[in-house]
Amino acid sequence: MKITVKFFALGKDLIGQDELEMELSESGVVADLIAQLEEKFPPFKELGSYLIAVNLEYAEHTDALKDGDEVAIIPPVSGG
Amino acid sequence: MIEITDQSIDIQKIIDAAQSPDCGGVSVFIGTVRNFSRGKDILRLEYSAYPAMAIKMIQRIIDEAAEKWDVRKFGVSHRTGVLGIGEVAVVIAVATAHRKEAFQACQYIIDRLKEIVPIWKKEVAVDGETWIDDHA
Repeated sequence: MKITVKFFALGKDLIGQDELEMELSESGVVADLIAQLEEKFPPFKELGSYLIAVNLEYAEHTDALKDGDEVAIIPPVSGG
Repeated sequence: MIEITDQSIDIQKIIDAAQSPDCGGVSVFIGTVRNFSRGKDILRLEYSAYPAMAIKMIQRIIDEAAEKWDVRKFGVSHRTGVLGIGEVAVVIAVATAHRKEAFQACQYIIDRLKEIVPIWKKEVAVDGETWIDDHA
């Protein structure tokens, strides 16, 4: 299945782009996607703490993904 | 109304969005860019956002506030892009029947916005740039 991954702030700087498509095996969960990201983009590990959003909602690492999902890597927010 | 905008925030428009004949008070918070932070002289801030999720999360915060207080109308606007010292980064206007609730709801909304809304600021100081990773 295809997953769109979006990056922001420090995450975007580390990955060097703000969006990419990733291929994930069926029945993959968020943690599988993160493992793939860390393998393909070693600098991603420098991000330290971050949250994950799936389709505009905060999600857990154990949440299942489905084809076409939009996953966002959310570094600590600092709006306002 | 809720907006994420890369243009100067029209403060009056946000206040107007919170006008209601059944409300006796509109509380307004205006967040501006300060010239110092963590012991550094700040030149400018660069805000970025995940707009679709930011709008969704702000709506959630408004819903939370409406469960606690009698929020009748509101306007929330957050800037993105490069902001100089003194520029307006965020405006929150909340209307309630009585003033006490308006103040409380407004403070709640800005506090929660800093906690959960996917917006980030990079401080550009005289000695370099830093993504801010806490919501002080």
